[in-house]
Amino acid sequence: MTETNAAAIGAKQAETPDARRRAMFWRVVDDYSLIGIFIVLFGVLSATVQYFFSWDNIVGLALSVSQIGMVSCTMMFCLASRDFDLSVGSTVAFAGVCCAIVSNATGSVALGIAASLVAGALIGFVNGVVIAKLNINALITTLATMEIVRGLAFITSQGQAVGVTSEAFFTLGSAELFGLPVPVWVTLVCFVVFGILLNKTIYGRNTLAIGGNPDAARLAGVSVDRVRIAIFLIQGLVAALAGIILASRMTSGQPNAGQGFELNVISACVLGGVSLMGGRASISGVLVGVLIMGTVQNAMSLMNIDAFYQYLVRGTILLIAVLVDQLKNRRQSR
Amino acid sequence: MTDAPRLEFRHIGKTFPGVRALGDVSFAVRAGSVHGLLGENGAGKSTMMKILGGEYIPDEGEVAIDGQAMHFRKAADAIASGVAVIHQELQYVPELSVMENLLIGRLPTRFGLVDRRKALAWTREKLDALGVDLDPRARLKQLSIGQRQMVEIVKAILRDAKILALDEPTSSLSHRETEVLFRLVRDLRAQGKAMIYISHRLDEIFELCDAATIFRDGRKVADFDTLEGVTRDQLVQRMVGREISDIFGYRPREHGKVRLAVQGVTGRAVPAPVSFEVKAGEIVGFFGLVGAGRSEVMRVIYGADRRTAGTVQVDGESIKASHIRDSIQHGLVFCPEDRKEDGIIGVRSVAENINISARRNHLVAGLFVNDRNEAKVADTYIDRLRIRTPNRRQEIRLLSGGNQQKAVLSRWLAEKDLRVLIVDEPTRGIDVGAKNEIYNVLYELAERGVAVVVISSELPEVLGVSDRVVTMCRGRITAQFHRTEANEADVLAAALPEGASATPIRNT
Repeated sequence: MTETNAAAIGAKQAETPDARRRAMFWRVVDDYSLIGIFIVLFGVLSATVQYFFSWDNIVGLALSVSQIGMVSCTMMFCLASRDFDLSVGSTVAFAGVCCAIVSNATGSVALGIAASLVAGALIGFVNGVVIAKLNINALITTLATMEIVRGLAFITSQGQAVGVTSEAFFTLGSAELFGLPVPVWVTLVCFVVFGILLNKTIYGRNTLAIGGNPDAARLAGVSVDRVRIAIFLIQGLVAALAGIILASRMTSGQPNAGQGFELNVISACVLGGVSLMGGRASISGVLVGVLIMGTVQNAMSLMNIDAFYQYLVRGTILLIAVLVDQLKNRRQSR
Repeated sequence: MTDAPRLEFRHIGKTFPGVRALGDVSFAVRAGSVHGLLGENGAGKSTMMKILGGEYIPDEGEVAIDGQAMHFRKAADAIASGVAVIHQELQYVPELSVMENLLIGRLPTRFGLVDRRKALAWTREKLDALGVDLDPRARLKQLSIGQRQMVEIVKAILRDAKILALDEPTSSLSHRETEVLFRLVRDLRAQGKAMIYISHRLDEIFELCDAATIFRDGRKVADFDTLEGVTRDQLVQRMVGREISDIFGYRPREHGKVRLAVQGVTGRAVPAPVSFEVKAGEIVGFFGLVGAGRSEVMRVIYGADRRTAGTVQVDGESIKASHIRDSIQHGLVFCPEDRKEDGIIGVRSVAENINISARRNHLVAGLFVNDRNEAKVADTYIDRLRIRTPNRRQEIRLLSGGNQQKAVLSRWLAEKDLRVLIVDEPTRGIDVGAKNEIYNVLYELAERGVAVVVISSELPEVLGVSDRVVTMCRGRITAQFHRTEANEADVLAAALPEGASATPIRNT
């Protein structure tokens, strides 16, 4: 019996050394292509764009992608579970406004921060419950909450930027720790924490399983609804955190902040190889995706390219990334 | 008139990256005959059919029709040459009617609009002529799988196909639908069509085929010009390349006390209360026609569907209603019928699919997944159940059906306290060799004291593996048979709607 088995396996894997080498090559390309592209991009830009390769610029670059970076971590979970969240941009704005108003009213920055974190978590929780328990399409649900939360931001702020009076609040966005601004540290912590969550915990593995096949995951004993609600809740929480930091950097809560933010976040994730079909995601991919987005933006600004063209370039990069992903999948399924 | 066979494969070879799918395969199919293709999954049958259908281009060799070499570059070439290949995955438009599916691309028009009346009359006439009982206006999605298959076949016939290949047409058909299909195939044979018939079910091959070719690992291992005097065992042996005297290989064993006790369970799809018991070490086969409610009952017991009444107990402990995790905690687990839809998580690795449930018992610091342990567990089961995969990191969707099934079984074997295993159609679409291996797993579990419930629509399988057979019909348990008193006729009669009330309930 064993003998025939071995023969059968032999027939299946009777690869010529050449074919094996080729397979190995593609595996390396698949795993490291994105990082390679980023390194090449970074190298080329360092050599060609004036002022690009300087500590100040690199820190500025990191700071500019810190909000997108934080939320990309949670959006990765959302996409990996085959869901979608359009409401994060509005949540960023509302959290900023909420934080400013509550801080001013109570005179306590801590209370303001707590209030907007709770608000963000609540928005995420509502998203999650509607999507998981009421079975409403995530795209539609979060499109609706995107509008509602944006409306709330405008109503509570009466359409005006809400300035914060407390000095302590500004340090959050501008203070430095070991040479790096606090928002960058927060983002780095997010990447580490969510990276561990994704790869090393049942929560992360179940997220990927749900994205791969929700029905099978449920029958295998995964509490699908609970995981999905948790994903949205955490996403709301982190979006609120990003909103608070953004408000701190801008010294005010602005109701129209974060317009198009959700699409930038999703772009970064997709660029980082997160599958919109669910079940596939890697934290290093998302990190590189965020960095590529930020680097291109930064370089274009340094080169004085009109902001209008930046949209064009960003869209093109995204399209190429998706195409590459598609080709990769096609090769894998033969 | 030449002596050339209607269809001939000449030295066909096809290689995919890393896999030699076919090597130097030749055989011929006569007009007016049904030619069986046999072989385990992955033996190359489906690749051959794709070459016939113009979907793959062979690297070596050629396909000849009436002695003339053909070089199909695309599917349309094959269709134009009178070849129709009906795959396992059917290709139809579910939202459209039978009529529209049959006439797709050539609906009769009147003043530029579709002439429905004419189309309807034409479709009726054709269906009647073929003796196929279908409503031309029914939408495909409303039809059973068998009826949809019929539409596909009719479509091929209406295109004047002279060569017709059916790839496992009966795998999801009911008894009656299978009969209709067989009649149609015989009619077509009488009309002089050359047909290729692929099936894992040997009875069908014997019943329907005039000749047969056996594939193994991409090569032809045997050709039978006639199946007269050929035995089942001979075919199996050639297919598997080893001797399997009895594919069920039943092993008797002692039974303990009652492990699973189901009392008065109802659910949305289980209107009448269902009660039964399974002892430790016992294998109980549930037989019934498709739609008899077996899967529905088991899903309610497991908690996958809502339980509206009744109790389920494992070793005397009650399981919470509609609560899968509680079932698993109590060692009651379920392998669903549709592997692809409900069983595997396709884009995840074999190891992930095996460890998804049991990993909760092996966490490091109560929080982190123990990768090293999981690798060990995965390798153990890959080895023990002979799951054919390059390694544990392979995405499970790339494995064959039998190996996917073994991985899903491994998921539950990895549970440290497995007490009740319910498997729904564990061997559907799986080759003989893998079937045998899966049966052995069930026996091993039963020997360890697990209570096993096997749902199967294949009568020989139910009779072959079960200690006790329970029949269901229209959502009710109609009879029970001890292994020694179970025979095909009685079990089948108890599962048929007419015989339901007439058959006395026998207790063991």
